[in-house]
Amino acid sequence: MAPPPPPLLVAALLLFLVPFASASASAERADLVVTRADRRVDLTSHIVRVLTSLKVENIGPEAVSQVLLAFPNAQAKNLAAIRAFGTEGKVKGPSTVLPIEVVQPSGVPPELTFFSASLSKALEKGKTLHLDVLTVFTHSLQPFPEEITQAESQLVVYQDSAHYLSPYPVKVQTFSIRLPGGRVESYTKYPNTKLADSELKYGPFEDLPPFSYSPMVVHFENNNPFAVAKEVIREIEISHWGNVQITEHYNIAHGGAKLKGEFSRIDYQSRPYIRGVSSFRHLIARLPPRAHSIYYRDEIGNISTSHLWSDSKKTQLEVEPRFPLFGGWQTTFTIGYGLPLQDFVFNSDGKRSLNITFGSPMEEILIEKLIVKVVLPEGSMDIDVSVPFPTKQWQEVKYSHLDIAGRPVVVLEKPDVIPEHNLYFQVYYRFNNISLLREPMMLIIGFFLIFMACIVYMRTDMSISKNSPSYLAKVQWDEVQSIIQKILAIFEQCLAVHDKLEASLHDLSRSGDVQSCKATRKAADAQFKELAKELKPLLTSLQSSHQSYQIWLKVENLVAKERELQEKLMARHSTVVDSFEKKLRGQDVENRIATQQQKVAALRQEVESLLEYISEM
Amino acid sequence: MAEPGSSTAAAGDGGGRLRNAFGGVLCAFTLLLIGVLAFSIRLFSVIKYESVIHEFDPYFNFRVTQFLSKNGIYEFWNWFDDRTWYPLGRVIGGTVYPGLTLTAGTLWWLLNSLNIPLSVETVCVFTAPIFSANASWATYLLTKEAKGTGAGLMAATILAMVPSYISRSVAGSYDNEAVAIFALIFTFYLYVKTLNTGSLFYATLNALSYFYMVCSWGGYTFIINLIPMHVLLCIVTGRYSSRLYIAFAPLVILGTLLAALVPVVGFNAVMTSEHFASFLVFIILHVVALVYYIKGLLTPRLFKVAMTLVISVGLAVCFAVVAILIALVASSPTKGWSGRSLSLLDPTYASKYIPIIASVSEHQPPTWPSYFMDINVLAFLIPAGIISCFLPLSDASSFMVLYLVTAAYFSGVMVRLMLVLAPAACILSGIALSEAFNVLTRSIKCQLAKLFDDSPAASGDSSAESSSASTASTNSAKNENRSEKTKTIPKEKPSKNRKKEREVAESVPVKHKKEKKLLVLPMEASAMGILLLIVLGGFYVVHCVWAAAEAYSAPSIVLTSRSHDGLHVFDDFREAYAWLSHNTDVDDKVASWWDYGYQTTAMANRTVIVDNNTWNNTHIATVGTAMSSPEKVAWEIFNSLDVKYVLVVFGGLVGYPSDDINKFLWMVRIGGGVFPHIKEPDYLRDGNYRVDAQATPTMLNCLMYKLCYYRFVETDGKGFDRVRGYEIGKKHFKLTHFEEVFTTHHWMVRIYKLKPQKNRVRGKLKKLKSGSKTSSTIAAGRNKNPWQ
Repeated sequence: MAPPPPPLLVAALLLFLVPFASASASAERADLVVTRADRRVDLTSHIVRVLTSLKVENIGPEAVSQVLLAFPNAQAKNLAAIRAFGTEGKVKGPSTVLPIEVVQPSGVPPELTFFSASLSKALEKGKTLHLDVLTVFTHSLQPFPEEITQAESQLVVYQDSAHYLSPYPVKVQTFSIRLPGGRVESYTKYPNTKLADSELKYGPFEDLPPFSYSPMVVHFENNNPFAVAKEVIREIEISHWGNVQITEHYNIAHGGAKLKGEFSRIDYQSRPYIRGVSSFRHLIARLPPRAHSIYYRDEIGNISTSHLWSDSKKTQLEVEPRFPLFGGWQTTFTIGYGLPLQDFVFNSDGKRSLNITFGSPMEEILIEKLIVKVVLPEGSMDIDVSVPFPTKQWQEVKYSHLDIAGRPVVVLEKPDVIPEHNLYFQVYYRFNNISLLREPMMLIIGFFLIFMACIVYMRTDMSISKNSPSYLAKVQWDEVQSIIQKILAIFEQCLAVHDKLEASLHDLSRSGDVQSCKATRKAADAQFKELAKELKPLLTSLQSSHQSYQIWLKVENLVAKERELQEKLMARHSTVVDSFEKKLRGQDVENRIATQQQKVAALRQEVESLLEYISEM
Repeated sequence: MAEPGSSTAAAGDGGGRLRNAFGGVLCAFTLLLIGVLAFSIRLFSVIKYESVIHEFDPYFNFRVTQFLSKNGIYEFWNWFDDRTWYPLGRVIGGTVYPGLTLTAGTLWWLLNSLNIPLSVETVCVFTAPIFSANASWATYLLTKEAKGTGAGLMAATILAMVPSYISRSVAGSYDNEAVAIFALIFTFYLYVKTLNTGSLFYATLNALSYFYMVCSWGGYTFIINLIPMHVLLCIVTGRYSSRLYIAFAPLVILGTLLAALVPVVGFNAVMTSEHFASFLVFIILHVVALVYYIKGLLTPRLFKVAMTLVISVGLAVCFAVVAILIALVASSPTKGWSGRSLSLLDPTYASKYIPIIASVSEHQPPTWPSYFMDINVLAFLIPAGIISCFLPLSDASSFMVLYLVTAAYFSGVMVRLMLVLAPAACILSGIALSEAFNVLTRSIKCQLAKLFDDSPAASGDSSAESSSASTASTNSAKNENRSEKTKTIPKEKPSKNRKKEREVAESVPVKHKKEKKLLVLPMEASAMGILLLIVLGGFYVVHCVWAAAEAYSAPSIVLTSRSHDGLHVFDDFREAYAWLSHNTDVDDKVASWWDYGYQTTAMANRTVIVDNNTWNNTHIATVGTAMSSPEKVAWEIFNSLDVKYVLVVFGGLVGYPSDDINKFLWMVRIGGGVFPHIKEPDYLRDGNYRVDAQATPTMLNCLMYKLCYYRFVETDGKGFDRVRGYEIGKKHFKLTHFEEVFTTHHWMVRIYKLKPQKNRVRGKLKKLKSGSKTSSTIAAGRNKNPWQ
């Protein structure tokens, strides 16, 4: 299989340009020489890491304070991170991180991008410097073929220069590429090229002029997950009640060769590592220790396929998307977790600082656009951010749980984030602890006001006018009601007295104790009189009321009936007692009072129904 | 207002008032607890599964709510949804009952304007439990109007956990019924309240509440037929009063006007037969009112004369009007009734004429066990409740009985309407239980009072009565039933009545002493009775909790099974929908049986051909026809509908019974109903749908069979279908016009893509060679494909 045309084209272009560049620019930078350059490229994952160890010697007359590093533009646009560590002298001592910036020296071809590493101390004449440059490239492995079926494994192409592209002459150099293992389809062969144990070696090459470039291409199998997040939004919300809540929204795609044709579940299930070798089914996130309340969901609900391990050093979360991701497939999900506040927010002389990692906790994931939002508590002031690499920054306001002024949000945006960017960054702010109590106080006051309003409403008379007819009518009606209640109570008592009389008769028939029966009668008489006395004022007041004309009729009726009943009862009582005293036979007594008995019963019923009717009104 | 008054009569002024205040607080607290109970018993689904929208229709409501919260109310009314019923689309604003979505949307808006950041989904999930709490409070109010506070509390407690209602209102079951039941009960409450008070204020509220009900659910026709029935009943039984007039007339006028405001009802509010009863009764009511008025004006003799005159003229006019109406109604084929209503009146109607209504499982008549499952012990308590409603029969209690009787009929027609029966059953059981507790506790109280009074015996029997009333609170505290205390006083009325009847029957004055408090049962019997009632209640509670936790909490989009190695989760539906939503083009059309339409639009955000709003039978029949046609014909139908993907649900691998093969008979039946070349007998062997070796060739060659069983045989080598319980008929076959693009982990959802059309060049050459032959095949294809 031949390498794809586009890389070749680029290489050819570069080849064409290089002689021109070297001719014009070499003179200016001739005073540095790279005595040894070792490049090691790691192609095991989809993020390409190149570690270049340079030994630089100053052979010119003047001290040099910066070293230039050159990359073809095609590579430079995929450059996600570059770091340089310098050590001066022969012996490898503690290295220092060198600041790096993009420079545009005069007289260089526009197809190259230059970075300059500024040395902490200018390199004197004749001195050597060890320089380790770590460069990380994304999107540098081109899948070829671009579409594969489910059963095929994924082949990718990597292209680079076999010679180290440098503005300085290079004396000795080597170049080695670590491949993930598996099949190697083809690679560019130069005189001293070796492929052994998934390691491809070029070199050593000696005494090459500046800007030497010899394109090489390697076409090999790489089935490692090409997890590419199109966008990740990472929200860090600080609550001074003791929690740092992190919510991360992922939009993940498989960035490798696209799936062509069918996806067959039966093939995938029966032999997942053969039929479906290019897919990946899970991602691993390394969360900080003591992460709690972890969840994993997407917009349509919880995703049940995840595993969690935790120990004192880390919490490891394995998330499995709803479906295995084949090339070109994508999915979205959200993970969230809480972290203890004291591990990440520190307080020093009134100023608080959040110290937390920037990137996502996912392993070997490339994030094309990362937005980190730090939501500070409401009332935070003097916000200050320090990030170890350039980002786009702005501030927003977020309204959440009963906020009034809103919470300040620091937003950081960075493209092409790789695990190397997982560095700590700091947000400094001032926050007064009193502000914590604001929301609980608001709730307390709110509820208090509600209860107060209820109490006031229940206790006050809300009627608009005290003279309005409806209000007066209501007042009168209430009066009538209370009078009626009292009248009813009196009648209830009357009926109770009736019962007592009945009971006494009953006792009489059993024991023959006439005296006690008479006594009861006397007591009853007294009670009746008393009740009648009580009743009188009530009746008159009821009669005088306007509202009671309907009830009045009934009450009148009731009073009459009751009187009648009372009389009948008394009459019967006297009859019975009388006949008892005359020692008549029980049978005769019965006969004598039989008619009375019936009348009494009927009357009593009427009275009771009247009572009930009135009480229902 | 009745309780405070009567209690002051029983026990002195100060003590009575204090007790009333205490009773009021206790009652409020109990209601609060009932609300909490109603809310929390519905949270099993969230605790056991997750906070997610359930089933099918709720997904549509959720989607509409999302649209509403995003675009506002005006956009909502004008929403033409082009993501469903492709290529017809659907006017959502005009065809949906907006009550539920507006409620949840308002709730969400309110919370968000208070800066409480709840998502629309969360609000939707918890709308149903919140409204169940409201419904139980409404039940309290309604029952209180009929039978007092005690019965009200009892009924509210029972309703808070009645399984029938839980089945429709667990957290996540975001359906119209969730708010409609509250609206139903509340409308009834306001009607009864108006009937009891005769207040125009409540009559207006009643019309508004009816409006809310019309907004929420098609079941509002139940209200607008039941209330006229009750009015008629009152008139017939001579209970006409001005209160009745006030309760009904404003409801008809205002209610109809308001109902016509809801786009989905519109002019139906005056034009369809469902609303006819209310107008008829409206007229009758006016006639009756007029008669009463004239009766008051004239002397009895004059009245008689006038009566004969009016009746003769009036009857003639009535006959004319009725004749016109009948002619009008009879001119429409369905007699002015909608299909769903007709299937209620004639239970066999749907299965004869509208297979699409009959195909829904919740439209089938219920079985006896489902009554026991859904209302449990209430079924035994209802008769007692009816009896106590007749003692004495008031306007309110006659309404309860009428409600129960009609609801019981409707529940017998459709399983789904069991939901309407549940509140009636709860109210009547609440009344029954409260009466029973009342009688039993009062007897105990009397017995105890007698025990205490026998020794002192100073004040005599009469004071014993009053002292027994004052000791009521201490005694009733012993009873489990909290509500007892607040209802001791009002409950005396019916018992007195009963006493009266007994007295009439016996009229033996010797018994007077005991009759003062009638029905005083022996101590042991009443204690036993209370104990038994508590045990009965206990059974009910246990059953309800079981039903809420086990039977009705599953969201049906996530299935779980418990096996020896722990819980197994089947999340295939969402897997498929997530795949569709992320890995297909946003404008791709997905064809599936209509059951999955709502879920596909809501979860996968893809355009579907048919969905659960089964408004276009032809369209559904087209999909049914495609599913039951051979592959090539099906491909042509789908292609003419612009379909890119076909989704089938297949349970044969894991034994999920409600899959598409089991629904297949409806696809054939509905498809065949419109396109006669699909003949049901072609798919039947001995009257059965079979997919095993005995299946008919038509069956084994239809698209549904092929899409379900494609490469199924490779799972176990035999092709054993776990749902049907046999090996499939045709095991090895290839798909020519479709390709498998996704199958979920447990094979429950399989998605196929229509293969692109073959290059036309060869076909053209062929056509040139033998023009007549191809044209004839195309013509043949045309016959089968309704869309060409």
